[in-house]
Amino acid sequence: MIKEKHNLKVNIAGVELKNPVTTASGTFGSGREYGEFVDLNQLGAVTVKGVSSTPWKGNPAPRIAETYGGMLNSVGLQNPGVEEFIKNDIPFLRQYDTKIIVNVAGKSVSEYCEVVERLSHADIDLIELNISCPNVKEGGVTFGTDVKMAHKVTKEVKRYAKQPLIVKLSPNVTDITEIARAVVDGGADGISLINTLLGMAIDIHKRKPILANTVGGFSGPAVKPVALRMVYQVARAVSVPIIGMGGISTGEDAIEFILAGATAVAVGTANFRNPRATIDVLEGIKEYMVRYGIQSLDEIRGMI
Amino acid sequence: MKEIKHALILDNQLIADNIYKMTLEADGIAREAKAGQFVNLYCKGEAKLLPRPISICEIDKDRGRITLVYGVVGQGTKEFSTLKAGEKIEVLGPLGNGFKIDESKAKNIIVGGGIGTPPLVELVKQLKGEKEVYLGFRSQSILLEAFKVYGANVHVATEDGSEGFKGNVLELLKKNNAKGEIIYSCGPKPMLKAIAAWAKENEIAMQVSLEERMACGIGACVGCVCKIKEKDELDWQHKKVCKDGPVFWSDEVVWDD
Repeated sequence: MIKEKHNLKVNIAGVELKNPVTTASGTFGSGREYGEFVDLNQLGAVTVKGVSSTPWKGNPAPRIAETYGGMLNSVGLQNPGVEEFIKNDIPFLRQYDTKIIVNVAGKSVSEYCEVVERLSHADIDLIELNISCPNVKEGGVTFGTDVKMAHKVTKEVKRYAKQPLIVKLSPNVTDITEIARAVVDGGADGISLINTLLGMAIDIHKRKPILANTVGGFSGPAVKPVALRMVYQVARAVSVPIIGMGGISTGEDAIEFILAGATAVAVGTANFRNPRATIDVLEGIKEYMVRYGIQSLDEIRGMI
Repeated sequence: MKEIKHALILDNQLIADNIYKMTLEADGIAREAKAGQFVNLYCKGEAKLLPRPISICEIDKDRGRITLVYGVVGQGTKEFSTLKAGEKIEVLGPLGNGFKIDESKAKNIIVGGGIGTPPLVELVKQLKGEKEVYLGFRSQSILLEAFKVYGANVHVATEDGSEGFKGNVLELLKKNNAKGEIIYSCGPKPMLKAIAAWAKENEIAMQVSLEERMACGIGACVGCVCKIKEKDELDWQHKKVCKDGPVFWSDEVVWDD
């Protein structure tokens, strides 16, 4: 019998999550589908799929390719737009005792600001600015890989945000710490990382790329060492809270990220293999705490 | 709560070149499943991370069993093909929406192509009225007897002429001057596109079961999309094959690729 005396609560920029487990944007919709497999009340937060100002159709199919220990996607942020999201998905998620983190997509500074302005009046808890999706041309990735642009978009968006602002970083850069410092300097209240790594797969029989978009975002267990290294680096470069993600599928994986300095963790691609992955990660964190007599994750956070 | 089940494999046999038939003890799935739905099968470990969506070939509600007929097309299906009776496999389902069976239609045409043929067996089992089944293969046919057992007239076309009519299934439909009130179809997209054009010419309603590379299989990842019309060819939306389909009306689909 596990005693529940340990404290799983974490604080992200003034918002208290009952536990450190959330979902990685784009892998969990707005919770409806996986809500049939797990009790959403048990999650610290649900981070929803990216929303833009108007509906986006996304990229052509095929959008999915499996690779060893991971996968590529080129969905391209297909979504019904912020108005539909506010109307349909916020009331759905508010039935549950979990925090709502809304991932915001855009193709220009003004579009990011428009969505954030609209969300500032909505009943949500945190905003996650997606400046790092590799699947949108002229889109997020140019913001996420350029220090000046990352700073600028964060600073502009921050003027409209009523909720704390998390900025999600791209791993497709030479020095992740300079981007992290730039967004914190621009006003980010937290950082999440990593978004997907740019990758590719080829069908040797058809002699064509598998993805219609040729390249796509690489995720899954195979990317975990890269993600962990970047969380470790960013945790040493800035003092805002970090949501760590990239290949997390067990409690042990999550503990690695917390030891490297993450305040919370997000479960993404693992959901596709195991629809209960979020809960399995949470249970694994609890087991670790019991085994080592840890009362609060503060005791081990960033101790590496 | 829904969950992945560990299903007992009752049988897993080679039935044609690279094509296997697997029978699973899966009471819950058999009870709920409809013709044209699919299940996710999972590989061992995480190296082959994603579930493989496999259509349900036959449902035995009384004995709580489902039969899957699958082609070995990659590492995942290769792993499945090595499993033996008595072993277990992780399975989730039934998933997606099946065929919408219209019992008012007395004359049904069923068109299958290659490894798209299996889900049509359960459909034919459930259909009332006349059942004209047209199947196209590259060289080797599968499942002919299964269709005949359920009272269908089976017409076979092979590209190399090794069995039945030499040519494709559309040519065979035309040659036989096939008549029907509704068409149900599953197979490769170029075949579906050609049959859909023929159905439109002949003013026959048609349902198509589409296929696309999937990740989750339950509608969360938005990976497996197809173009479905809102009003016309230019006004369309990306719909999810796994959750909104895999069966659509052929006149809803934008057949541009």
